[in-house]
Amino acid sequence: MSTINRFAKQVPAHVLSNKRVGQYHQILLNIGDLVKHCHPGNFVAISVGGENSGMILRRAFAISRISDRGEYGGTMELIVAPHGTGSRWLCSQQEGATLDIVTPLGSAFGIPTEPVNALLIGGGYGSAPLFGLAEVLKARGCRVDMILGASSTPKIYAPLEGKRSVNSLKIYTEDATSGIHGRVTDSLREIIAQDQIDVIYSCGPMAMLSAISTIAASMEVVHQCAVEEAMACGIGVCMTCVLPVTKDDGSIAMLRSCIDGPVMDGAKVAWNLVGQGREVKA
Amino acid sequence: MSAEFDFSTKLGAAWFPTPLFTASGCASSGRELAQFFPLKSIGAVVTKSIMLKPRLGRPTPRMSETPSGMLNSIGLQGPGIDAFIANDIPWLVENNARVIVSIAGETVEEYATLARRLRSVPGISALEVNISCPNVENRGLVFACDLDSSRAVIDGVRRIIGGDLPIIAKLSPDVTDIVSIAKGVVDAGADGVALINTLLGMVINIDTMRPHLGGKTGGLSGPAIRPVAVRAIYQVHEAIPKLPILGMGGVRSGRDALEMILAGASGVSVGTASFGNPHAIIDVQTELERLLLERGFDSLRSAVGFAHRDSQSAPGEDAS
Repeated sequence: MSTINRFAKQVPAHVLSNKRVGQYHQILLNIGDLVKHCHPGNFVAISVGGENSGMILRRAFAISRISDRGEYGGTMELIVAPHGTGSRWLCSQQEGATLDIVTPLGSAFGIPTEPVNALLIGGGYGSAPLFGLAEVLKARGCRVDMILGASSTPKIYAPLEGKRSVNSLKIYTEDATSGIHGRVTDSLREIIAQDQIDVIYSCGPMAMLSAISTIAASMEVVHQCAVEEAMACGIGVCMTCVLPVTKDDGSIAMLRSCIDGPVMDGAKVAWNLVGQGREVKA
Repeated sequence: MSAEFDFSTKLGAAWFPTPLFTASGCASSGRELAQFFPLKSIGAVVTKSIMLKPRLGRPTPRMSETPSGMLNSIGLQGPGIDAFIANDIPWLVENNARVIVSIAGETVEEYATLARRLRSVPGISALEVNISCPNVENRGLVFACDLDSSRAVIDGVRRIIGGDLPIIAKLSPDVTDIVSIAKGVVDAGADGVALINTLLGMVINIDTMRPHLGGKTGGLSGPAIRPVAVRAIYQVHEAIPKLPILGMGGVRSGRDALEMILAGASGVSVGTASFGNPHAIIDVQTELERLLLERGFDSLRSAVGFAHRDSQSAPGEDAS
């Protein structure tokens, strides 16, 4: 048996709740024992549009949080932005609906074995999986600081209960509607130095991850980022979601963000080659 | 499975217990799907087309969903034949999968070299010669769009392989007359044809106002192209009734697979449907067997090309 997709299962999952939170939907799914194998950074691929849908591909969502303690047993929380036809369909699914899901997929954030100073950076609803990660890091005795950024306040996802699992939270908006005016990377060097950051975890748009990688590399801070690239299958067979990654020998490999990611070492992604409009040469 | 019902099929001299296959480029080299079903339970794994050298493929974005389909522009990313023979085939053999290796080259000689590397590798049931990948830099390299080029590739591979391993030529639907191409490759030594590869398409991103895919053009697959595939299978079976056809193009249910069998396919590949449903091939296989039984067929083989029989024929009767 292969180790790829080792714990992944295709199962029906009931929608336990679907609440609007600002511009996003918080959807809670009952996934039973599968929670045991779900870790921060993993994702779920969901069929959309119903049985006879013309939308033939699954939609991938980062797992925001999991719980095995509630009255329903194992549950998975997703934060979904109703931007496209598929995500709008998902956001319209009411309590009691059944979804066809495949999970857990992809790599997880690496958790340090010793207490360290961790900085979590989220862009837009990319912050969703960071709150679950914060809980895990806190349980390991880490100091957890978080900075979130978005173009405008309604696009910041920062639930009240999530704030409790971090030591500090800074918010940046590009239109100055709340928090600090600007981007998450504006004062990143100062924050890394002042708070003696050992590791950065990030999730959000690729341009943000790229900018963080540059700063993290120059300050020799470990940077684990959860990447976003359009996926057709989510299970490693279609080769559409690849990213150029530098191998130990200096050559470039096109790795699948679904099985070699979504969590990748930011220092190894060849950000300057992402999505180049020409054939990538070996 | 019913005791009397014979679900097996043959592609040339190669025998398979079921007529369901993965489609090249839609199952990688099998490892990823093994978590979702035992690979030995289907006819064979058709591996992603392998080239001589490692290849990184085209830049992203590489895909775009379209109505009941998708465009892909991968550009034959792969590890190259050496790594493939060292790692992928042994893994498939260890996991008791039957294997059809798909090969792709940039020149006639490259196909022959690939055939030479593969001919003594144990565990291969057949060779698919992909002469129709649309995602190459130079559309002139789509051998399957040209009769002489198609024949030259198949002839070169046949000479190297000798008579043992069945050769299946994968053809493009983007031609004026697919029957003439099919006749050409059979004449050059192909034991069967795989119908159809993707259709060349394009999506323009209305925000950037430029072609969406990194490679600009891509291959269209999924249910949207199924009628094109059924038509191609029907035409080729009508012209060359004894020729084994591996049918593919938008199959996502047993009903879709049955349509291709009736049109003249001896086997059916499930490709894009596996992206949306990793278990699709097993679902198709189970439903296809049920549908054949319900219609009174006592074997898969007796249903192949049934759509060509006159309207008085019934399942179970011998073809005249």
